[in-house]
Amino acid sequence: MKERNLTCIVCPKGCQIKVLFDGEGKIKEVLGYTCKRGEEYAITECTHPRRTVTTTMKTAGGIVAVKTYGTVPKEDVFKVMDEINRTRITRDVKIGDVLIEDVAGTGVKVVATSEVQ
Amino acid sequence: MIKRIKKELVIVGGGPAGMSAAVAAYERGLRDILILERDNALGGILRQCIHNGFGLHRFGEELTGPEYAHRYIEKVLEYKIPYMLETMVTGIDKNRILTAQNCKEGIFEIEAGAIILAMGCRERPKGALNIAGTRPSGVYTAGTAQKYVNMKGYMPGKRVVILGSGDIGLIMARRMTLEGAKVECVCELMPYSGGLARNIEQCLNDFDIPLLLSHTVIEIHGKERVTGVTIAKVDENRRPIMDTARFIECDTLLLSCGLIPENELTRSAGITIDRVTNGAVVDGSRETDVKGIFACGNVLHVHDLVDYVSEEAEICACGAVDFIRGQAKGEADINIRTDGKVRYTVPRKLTEIKDTTLYFRVSDIFRDVRLTVKSADRVILSKKKQKLAPGEMETVTISADVIREIKNGEITVSLEA
Amino acid sequence: MCYNTDIKEFYYIRYIHVIFDLISIEVDIMHDICIIGAGVVGGCVARELMKYKLDVVIAEKMGDVAMGATKANSAIVHAGFDAKEGSLKAKLNVRGSKMMEEYCRELGVKYKNNGSLVLGFNDDDRETLNALMQRGIANGVEGLRVVDRDEVLKLEPNIGDEVVAALVAPTGGIVCPYELCMAAVGNAMDNGAELKLNFPVTRIEKTEKGYKVYSGDEFIEAEIVINCAGVYSDDVARMAGDSSFTVTPRRGEYILLDKEWGTLVSHTVFQCPSKMGKGILVTPTVDGNLLLGPTAEDISDKEDTSTTASGIETVKRMASRSVSGLNFGGTITSFTGLRATGSVGDFIINCKDGFVNCAGIESPGLSSAPAIAEYVRDLLIESGVRLTPRENHISKRKPLHAFRELSNDEKNEIIKEHPEYAHIICRCETISEGEILEAIRTNPKPHDLDGVKRRTRSGMGRCQGGFCAPYVVELLAKELGCDYQDITKFGGESYINIGKTKE
Repeated sequence: MKERNLTCIVCPKGCQIKVLFDGEGKIKEVLGYTCKRGEEYAITECTHPRRTVTTTMKTAGGIVAVKTYGTVPKEDVFKVMDEINRTRITRDVKIGDVLIEDVAGTGVKVVATSEVQ
Repeated sequence: MIKRIKKELVIVGGGPAGMSAAVAAYERGLRDILILERDNALGGILRQCIHNGFGLHRFGEELTGPEYAHRYIEKVLEYKIPYMLETMVTGIDKNRILTAQNCKEGIFEIEAGAIILAMGCRERPKGALNIAGTRPSGVYTAGTAQKYVNMKGYMPGKRVVILGSGDIGLIMARRMTLEGAKVECVCELMPYSGGLARNIEQCLNDFDIPLLLSHTVIEIHGKERVTGVTIAKVDENRRPIMDTARFIECDTLLLSCGLIPENELTRSAGITIDRVTNGAVVDGSRETDVKGIFACGNVLHVHDLVDYVSEEAEICACGAVDFIRGQAKGEADINIRTDGKVRYTVPRKLTEIKDTTLYFRVSDIFRDVRLTVKSADRVILSKKKQKLAPGEMETVTISADVIREIKNGEITVSLEA
Repeated sequence: MCYNTDIKEFYYIRYIHVIFDLISIEVDIMHDICIIGAGVVGGCVARELMKYKLDVVIAEKMGDVAMGATKANSAIVHAGFDAKEGSLKAKLNVRGSKMMEEYCRELGVKYKNNGSLVLGFNDDDRETLNALMQRGIANGVEGLRVVDRDEVLKLEPNIGDEVVAALVAPTGGIVCPYELCMAAVGNAMDNGAELKLNFPVTRIEKTEKGYKVYSGDEFIEAEIVINCAGVYSDDVARMAGDSSFTVTPRRGEYILLDKEWGTLVSHTVFQCPSKMGKGILVTPTVDGNLLLGPTAEDISDKEDTSTTASGIETVKRMASRSVSGLNFGGTITSFTGLRATGSVGDFIINCKDGFVNCAGIESPGLSSAPAIAEYVRDLLIESGVRLTPRENHISKRKPLHAFRELSNDEKNEIIKEHPEYAHIICRCETISEGEILEAIRTNPKPHDLDGVKRRTRSGMGRCQGGFCAPYVVELLAKELGCDYQDITKFGGESYINIGKTKE
């Protein structure tokens, strides 16, 4: 692989980023980004891609919206979903409450993003 | 006689536009405010948009929909801005009398000093698309499916085809996939997507969901529940090419085929509606052609980012507060025309001499063009644009000096080579 | 049920049976009458018969009433100039049309006498219009006249450019067909009729006392069976041994436009009829929308209510000829109805051995329905059934849209007692929770989303239920005591949700 074209997902602008690799597959240059976070995204995406997961979680009174507090490895997304789906919250939930400390061994927290729906 | 109350500012809708407007009006010193919200909580459509990507412009961080709404709900609570939930406004007249109803008050009237319309928009439903075939269960707009999944905790289906590549459709492709459904494909009638590039990347490409451009659903199958759809490629006139037709088995068809500002109340007040945006025609302060009635957010024109909705709501709130305080406008009277490539601008009129940002959308994908603003044949402003897409809202700012100079007349916003 | 005992000994035995019935020692449930099919014809027949001391059960194949031809047709009360002089169609149409206004008032059904026009585009058409007028006069239709373009324009300013003349029929009207059916069935039920839903008739057995009407292993036993099975009325007749006719479903596709376009015409506007029917019409509906259609295509599948791209194109093209300024961007929905076209060329209404056919009831079936019911009643009397008026018969029905028509002050009085009438669920049509609950609790009760929609109009507006459906599902689940995911769109396997996300 000599180069890879990416659409940056950091912000709604969706910059087209080009990543160039050297002969050993190491990143040589990143082109087309318009901010620092875009450059970081491109490098991460080409080495160990990560995603934020947003979903819902079951509580006593219904469901609550949740997100991973930060990104998790892309290949672990369904493992993360699985653990979130298996977890039941029995207490009251407020926005920002940590509902899972370390989801699917990623070291990332899952926090509530809504009141119980 | 039915009860009538008086309020300085009444805001119809407690979503991001309505709340931002209320907060901005409060911060400009207005106290006698009332928000009327038809749902059972503030937040509007953001409540079901549990994905992230909101608020980067506003708050410099990535929030989910409910979190973005929460920032404003907290302000509304902190300022003790009055609001009524499960309250439906059923009519507004030219004299700013609103008719509303809820379980506690029954049907009542409000005499408003100024009104801000912030009712949002709705999705284009299946009927309007005239897709041939049967009428089984399993056809939903993407937003309705989003409500079932994110608010109610139910799955509308397991095997999904999505028609239309609007952002809600793309977001739902990912959402349904995460919840265990198989999304077969997203069909887009146009040769380009109506959604954000980042959403195609993270909602479709991440899960190997094909995006079929220049494709549409030509027939729905299934007697009671959807059993499949026939899709086909379309030609340059968007007519299906019949020998490309193929059947895809699925139990669900989601539609993400455009949003329509919800302007029934606006019409009832006799406000002029822009044929392109389906929202009211407004000036720089977002005042409509009925004095003292303002509009902002998706009821005015469909926005791509909620951040811009908040921005617009603040402009609108300032206008409404100025109106309530009796500040005169009208030192300028400039109509803004567009060339069709630029589909519309909001505002459509300039009535104040101050720097004014025009928000606009284009009709197709354009590369390396010059966004040009002219007065008669004189070029006032010309800006190079590398790429413009219909899915993204763009802006251009007209300076106070230019407005002062033209004062009365017309300017044209166009794309030129 | 009482029979003229002097006719035959046979009837005497029945009379004894009725006596037993009255003193409640009859063990097996023997009904007087079983009506097959709860469409507008079955509904009106049931309503008519419940004016008398009769025990009536209605067997309906689907999970709701009005699910066949009644659900999807032109919603027109025809003046009666189309049908051939002397035909049953002509007689019952004219009679039904005259009855309709009062009939709807009693049942609280929306009806409007908006008048109709048949348009002529050339001289040949002008002749047809005159012929139609003559036929109408022979049929007893009042007030018919043929007018020139100038006059047409005065009546309908948006009429098409090609129009040269029109037949004006001031007695033409519009009605909501499924509302009429629901009200008729509901009124019959208020008087004690029983409605058996999800009861597709599979077999009919002649017994000593009458008939056994089977659905699988389950059966309804009745002395008299009245076949109002719409497109299936030939199949049902055959089950009872009558193969004298067939019924062909004739597909008709329609387009419904937003209320914004509902006033483009005020009359029902027809084109000159052909042998396939009355052509494409453009009409306002009683709810303020504009309805265009139908196409006419004979098909073989009695369930095929799919729309086709070509059918919809035809509707658009033909309708645009009648009326200028149609905007198809204002389309709310398109749908297909099946008319039950009989092989005889006229309505097939007859009675033999206690088996009554009401078959081949195509257009003007809706207009004729109240008159068909009277006709069936008379057939029963002729065949020897003596009808005794029901004591305490309830003739009126409170309409489901009663609340909507109140003044704000009157509404507030009700809201004080029942605040749920102020809580709007369907924002496009402004329908409250109170109205939806009332519909769910009123006979004939709905069990699914579309049932609520037809009764309340919730979900019938511009957003087509996008916003309100999730709430209506919740109300239905609560009222029916079932789970959210058990609620269907229109019965059967038409589930709206297939399970929970977290299970």
